[in-house]
Amino acid sequence: MSGTDNQTEANQMTGAEIVLQALRDNGVEHIFGYPGGAVLPIYDEIFQQEDIQHILVRHEQGAGHMAEGYARSTGKVGVMLVTSGPGATNAVTPLQDALMDSIPLVCLTGQVPTSLIGSDAFQECDTVGITRPCTKHNWLVKDVNELASIIHEAFRIAQSGRPGPVVVDIPKDVQFATGTYTPPSASKVQKSYQPKLQGDMRQIEQAIELMKGARRPVIYSGGGVINSGPEASKLLRELVELTNFPITSTLMGLGAYPASGKNWLGMLGMHGTYEANMAMHDCDVMVCIGARFDDRITGRLNAFSPNSKKIHIDIDPSSINKTVRVDVPIIGDIGNVLEDMVRVWRASAKDADKARMAEWWEGIVHWRGRNSLAYKMNDDVIMPQYAIQRLYELTKHRDTYITTEVGQHQMWAAQFYGFEQPNRWMTSGGLGTMGYGFPAAIGVQVAHPDALVIDIAGDASIQMCIQEMSCAVQHNLPVKIFILNNQYMGMVRQWQQLLHGNRLSNSYTEAMPDFVKLAEAYGGVGIRCDKPADLDAAIQRMIDSPAPVIFDCRVANLANCFPMIPSGKAHNEMLLPDEATDEAVATAIDAKGRALV
Amino acid sequence: MNAHLQPTGSAYFIAKETEKAENHTLSVLVDNEPGVLARVIGLFSGRGYNIESLTVSETEHQSHLSRITIVTRGTPHVLEQIKAQLERIVPVHRVVDLTVRAAELGHDRPIEREVALVKVSGEGETRAETLRLADAFHAKVIDATLEHFILEITGKSSKIDQFVAILKPLGVLEVCRTGIAAMNRGPQGM
Repeated sequence: MSGTDNQTEANQMTGAEIVLQALRDNGVEHIFGYPGGAVLPIYDEIFQQEDIQHILVRHEQGAGHMAEGYARSTGKVGVMLVTSGPGATNAVTPLQDALMDSIPLVCLTGQVPTSLIGSDAFQECDTVGITRPCTKHNWLVKDVNELASIIHEAFRIAQSGRPGPVVVDIPKDVQFATGTYTPPSASKVQKSYQPKLQGDMRQIEQAIELMKGARRPVIYSGGGVINSGPEASKLLRELVELTNFPITSTLMGLGAYPASGKNWLGMLGMHGTYEANMAMHDCDVMVCIGARFDDRITGRLNAFSPNSKKIHIDIDPSSINKTVRVDVPIIGDIGNVLEDMVRVWRASAKDADKARMAEWWEGIVHWRGRNSLAYKMNDDVIMPQYAIQRLYELTKHRDTYITTEVGQHQMWAAQFYGFEQPNRWMTSGGLGTMGYGFPAAIGVQVAHPDALVIDIAGDASIQMCIQEMSCAVQHNLPVKIFILNNQYMGMVRQWQQLLHGNRLSNSYTEAMPDFVKLAEAYGGVGIRCDKPADLDAAIQRMIDSPAPVIFDCRVANLANCFPMIPSGKAHNEMLLPDEATDEAVATAIDAKGRALV
Repeated sequence: MNAHLQPTGSAYFIAKETEKAENHTLSVLVDNEPGVLARVIGLFSGRGYNIESLTVSETEHQSHLSRITIVTRGTPHVLEQIKAQLERIVPVHRVVDLTVRAAELGHDRPIEREVALVKVSGEGETRAETLRLADAFHAKVIDATLEHFILEITGKSSKIDQFVAILKPLGVLEVCRTGIAAMNRGPQGM
């Protein structure tokens, strides 16, 4: 037999074999999934190989968030594998979550055989139809000979340009059929998709010109910096160092600039610091880097930073001028654009008069003195803010990754945990998915087996994907769940207090499980703590435990998350903790604001 | 269609849109693959944009390219968003706002044509009137019995509107319109 024949024969595989080979060729080491009728051929192939490790989840939503956590903590593509019908529909929430937070995700779904599509077959659903609006792109594979190319293209589209989730729907007969494997190098590329990565030099020079003359500048960075890779974070730090501009960040961008940096203003937006929001409101030049003027950030749009020239750097042209009109748009990959900006600044602006910003920095020092994150300490009850502060102090010297669920605990974590590095902070920003944090933490732990991975959770959120305890125990993933247990859906309760006369409709978590017993039932470790004096020792016990831990941290039940920009208000109309009397809270939001989310 | 529903983009859009809504004609060049039309239509419904008219057909068989012509209504800000959002769809090659392009080329508007088939019933005296009107509008009779005509008319949408309105009292049974096909004047391509 000649070499060519050998080659040809080696390229002949079943669809299921093609899936595994394509994953291998795209550098995949871990996939998160759940078997079912329509993916059995692929699971049979998984069984017969050892290159790719499969992490069995307990619910497809968990698989999606795990893949997200894996992706966000490594910069690689996260991969999930689910069956048809309910497997696919359960994946919808993480797909939309990944779409809104720009996380690269490849979701492989099984589908009923092509001959049965459209017949309302058992476990059939229109997966490409259902996932069309919640993916960057999706495919139904009808020909086994196209399967390899489509999977390669799925990886390319998921991770290039603005990253996002993609779905490849593979009917069962295609998994069984034999066809030709196309390696990535020979794969067909969709010509219409060519994201622009390099920023326009004239626009960049114009931006530097504006920045050079700015007297009250601010840098507002976002998740795009993290997505662009560690080099982008380095360049961001360099730009801040060169310009001496103050910098704030969105929830998604925390860690790109270190929280200990001297130019750091803290997070901005609805629960951002006073100094960050005041700087945004009063600035004369705003440099938005990889953020998208989300409504949590801007507050009332027609009062948003009224007197500033705005520079907006984003890889996605549709983000430009979407909600806020900008003066200098730059479309390109953050890393490339920042590299150009640093170079142009060094060449043309290094002599910029630093004294021009003296007054601005004085003002910032004054705003910082307002101490907007202050809270009243209590000797008998653990304040949630205090719990996060202690968690930070006891874990900051370790190799630590933090994920969160959604709600008050998420905002307190963002406010009080200091992030020094990118890719260390995993949270559901755009979609606000309760149940995200725990599976995301498992995904992070899979990628970083020796790291300390903590899901900062709320007592309500954690119950949305608690079943993944079983997954963590099975795979020896010692994830720590740190629950700020206030016996309420805290953020819902806070809004009911602000908006609805403190009528706490369905926001009290009755019939709360005993989290310690629950941890033990799953084969993990349970720890409870309700005294500030015991907190450090209990946290240390959690850190030292080699098993998954549920830490039930009983905190003050009615603490509110401040500062806060009430709905429909502007950045300079914040509600600060020391001004938030019951009356101020009750009247903070007017009738118009009440209709907003 | 949903002109009263201004796309908001954010719950914080309390401020009234001060810009005026305009009709624009977009040409969208796409790969002719399954689901591509659903992606385009889904974008419009999902983000609350208007579709006044939509036509689609494969135009370059060799390269499997289709051309979608969409007439949409929105403020200049929204129209800019629609274009950017369309360009984000993976199988979309190009989006050209023909209305903007026409202005750049110094024309009033792009050339826009529609075909309509109109079935008119009628016996006796009204039949002659129907034929006289068809002649005046350069419509062709493409099917007839003693009780009906089917007329084919090509032209701007406004001309077809007018034609159908005039025929109405004579007994219009059915109207079928293709939606707008459009391109710009001059030797330049899209």
